Amino acid sequence: MSEAAVTGRRFSWRWLMYVLLVGGIVAFLVPIYMVVVTALKQPAAINLSTAWQLPKVWNWASFQQAWVAFSPKLKNSFTLTIIAALVSAMIGSLNGYVLSKWSFRGSKLMFSLMLFGMFIPYQSVLIPLFSFVKAIGLYGTIWGLIVVHVIYGLPITTLIFRNYYVDVPDSLVEATSIDGAGFFGIYRYVIFPLSVPGFVVVIIWQFTQIWNEFLFAVTLSKTASQPITVALAQLAGGEAVKWNLPMAGALLAALPTLLVYIIFGRFFIRGLLAGSVKG
Amino acid sequence: MVSGRGVLFQRAQPLTGGIIVKWRKSKTRLLGFVVLLPSFLLLGIFVYYFIGRTVYWSLTDWGKDPSQALAAHPVLKFIGLANYRELFTGLIDSRFRQDMVSTIFFTLFFIAGCLLLGLLLAILLDHRPKGESVFRTIFLFPFSLSFVVTGTIWRWLLQPNGGINRLPTFVGLPAGKFAWLTSRQQVWRIDWNRLPLIFAIAIGIVLVMVAISAFRKGRARRAWISIACAAVITAWAFIFGLTWKPLPFPELHGFNLAFIGIIMAAVWQMSGYTMALYLAGLRGISVEMREAAIVDGASEWQLYRRIILPLMAPITLSAMIILGHISLKIFDLVFAMAGPDNGSTDVPALLMYITTFRGNQFAKGAAIGVILLLMVAVIILPYLTSQLRKGDRG
Repeated sequence: MSEAAVTGRRFSWRWLMYVLLVGGIVAFLVPIYMVVVTALKQPAAINLSTAWQLPKVWNWASFQQAWVAFSPKLKNSFTLTIIAALVSAMIGSLNGYVLSKWSFRGSKLMFSLMLFGMFIPYQSVLIPLFSFVKAIGLYGTIWGLIVVHVIYGLPITTLIFRNYYVDVPDSLVEATSIDGAGFFGIYRYVIFPLSVPGFVVVIIWQFTQIWNEFLFAVTLSKTASQPITVALAQLAGGEAVKWNLPMAGALLAALPTLLVYIIFGRFFIRGLLAGSVKG
Repeated sequence: MVSGRGVLFQRAQPLTGGIIVKWRKSKTRLLGFVVLLPSFLLLGIFVYYFIGRTVYWSLTDWGKDPSQALAAHPVLKFIGLANYRELFTGLIDSRFRQDMVSTIFFTLFFIAGCLLLGLLLAILLDHRPKGESVFRTIFLFPFSLSFVVTGTIWRWLLQPNGGINRLPTFVGLPAGKFAWLTSRQQVWRIDWNRLPLIFAIAIGIVLVMVAISAFRKGRARRAWISIACAAVITAWAFIFGLTWKPLPFPELHGFNLAFIGIIMAAVWQMSGYTMALYLAGLRGISVEMREAAIVDGASEWQLYRRIILPLMAPITLSAMIILGHISLKIFDLVFAMAGPDNGSTDVPALLMYITTFRGNQFAKGAAIGVILLLMVAVIILPYLTSQLRKGDRG
C-alpha cells in the first residue's frame, strides 16, 4: 500500500519533471525560432504584428545578402580567432607545465598575479591599451587584436593547463628526468603527448571567447579589420535596415561557435568548469 | 637503452650522481623560470602597468581642454581626485550615478535569475530524464553565443508592437503594452543623498550576519569585533550619515524598467552556465549518501532541503562571484540590444566607452574604468585568494 503510494508519487513527480523540461526547452528555443523565421521572410513581409508567423514565401536571399556583407568580417574573425587561440594555447601549455612540474620559489605568487588579469574589467586598461596599440602601428589591423587576445588569454590558458598537468603523476616526470631528458625533452616526450585533450579544451574555450568578444574588437579595429561581432552590432543598430538581414547575420555570426559547442560539447563544459578556478 | 644508462650512471657514482641530479634539477627550475617570465612580464605590463597608467590619467585633466584632448603629446595637469568627486557629486555627471544604481539592480536580478533557473534545471536533469543530453545541450547552447548575437536577437523579440508583446494574443488576450527597452519608467527611487546612510546600514547588516555565523562556529572574538564594527558604522550612519549630503539638492535614482528585457536576455544566455556548475556538483554527491537518506525515511523534499542544497553552497558562492563580475562588466549585451545611446539602459562599462572614445574625456573615462576595477576587485580578490589557498591544501 505504502509502496504503491510512493511509486504513485514518483510517477506524478516524473510527469511534472517532463512538463517543466519541455517548457524550458520551448522557452530556450523560441528566440531561435524567431530568428530563423524572420531571416527567411521577404523584407516587405516583415511586420511586427505577424512576426511569429511562418513566412508565406521563403526568402533564402537574406542569407546571400548577409553573406556578401559579412564574409570579409567572418574571414577577419576566423584569422584572428584561430591564430590567437593557437598561440595562447601553446604558451599557456608551457606555462602550465612550469607551474605544475617545475614550480620554484615565488612561482605561486607569479601565477596568482597573472590570474587576476582574467577577471579585470578591460575598461580599466583600455585607454593605455589603445594608445599602445596605436603607438606600435597595429591600430586598425587584425594583428593588433591578435596580440591583445593572446596576452589577455594567457591567464585562462595557463590556469587550465596547470590544473590539467597537476594530474599527470610526478613519478612519470621523475623517471624521464633520470633517463636524461631535460626540461624540453620531458615536455616533448611526456607532457605534450598527454595534453591533446587539454589542448582541445583550451582551444575550444579560446575560440569561443575570442570569436564572441566585442569590447577590444570595437575599440581597436577599423572597418577593414572588423570582426563579425562589430559588424553585426553596427548592422543591427542601424534603424533603416529591415530585420531579415540582422537575423540572418546573427545566425552566420553564431554558427561557428554553435557548431563547436555541438560537436565538442564535453570539452566545452570542461573549459567552462575550469574557468571558475579550480581549488 | 636510455634508462639503462641512467641507472648505471647512478650506481657507479652514487654520491656525485645525487649532486648532479640535484644540480640539473635546479638548472631546470631556472629554465622553468625563464619560460614563464615572458608571460609574466607581458601581463605585468598589460595588466598592472596599464592599470597604473589608467589610475594616473584618472587623476589628471586629460580631455577637459578640447584642444589638448587629441594632441599627440597632451599637456596634462594633475588634479587629484577631482574627476571622482565630479562623478559622485558633480552636477553634470548624474548619468554616472544612475548607471551605478542600474548596475547594482541589474547584478542582483541577473544573479538571482541565473541561480534559481540554473538550480531548477540542474535538479530536473539530475533526475535523469530520457534524452537528458539533448535537454542539457539545449539549455547550455545560448552560453556559446556572443552577447552581441543575443542582444541582436532579443532586440527583435522585445519590439514593443511585436515579439513577446504579441504572445498573449495567441490565447485570446490583448497584446502586451510594455515598452521594454524604450520604457522610461523608474521604480524604487532613492535619493542619492541617502546613499551614505543606506551603504552604511548595508555594511552593518553584513557585519551582524558575519558575527552571527562566527558565534555559531564558536569564534567569540571574531564575533565581538564584527559586532563592534557594525555598531560603529550604524552609529556613524545615524549621527553623520543623516546630515552629510554629497549633493546640494535631492537627486532620485532607481531601477529602470527598461532593464527587465536586458535581464531576461542575460538570464537566457547565462543560466545554462549555472546549470552546468550545479549539475557537476550534484553528480559529485554519491549515490550511497542519497540512498542512505532515503532509507532513513527522508522524503525527496527533505533530501534536497537538508542534504543536497547545503552541499551546493560553495558552488552557489562561486557562481555568484563569477556572475557578479560578469554583470558589473556587462557592455556588449547592452550595446547590441539597446544601442550605446539609450539613456535608460546605460551601465558604467558602456559610459566609460562613450565618455572616452566618443567624448574624448579621457581622464573621466579612466576614472570610471578605475571605479569598475575596484568594484570587481572587491568581489574577485577574496575569491581568488581563498581558491588559491584551497589549491595549496588540496
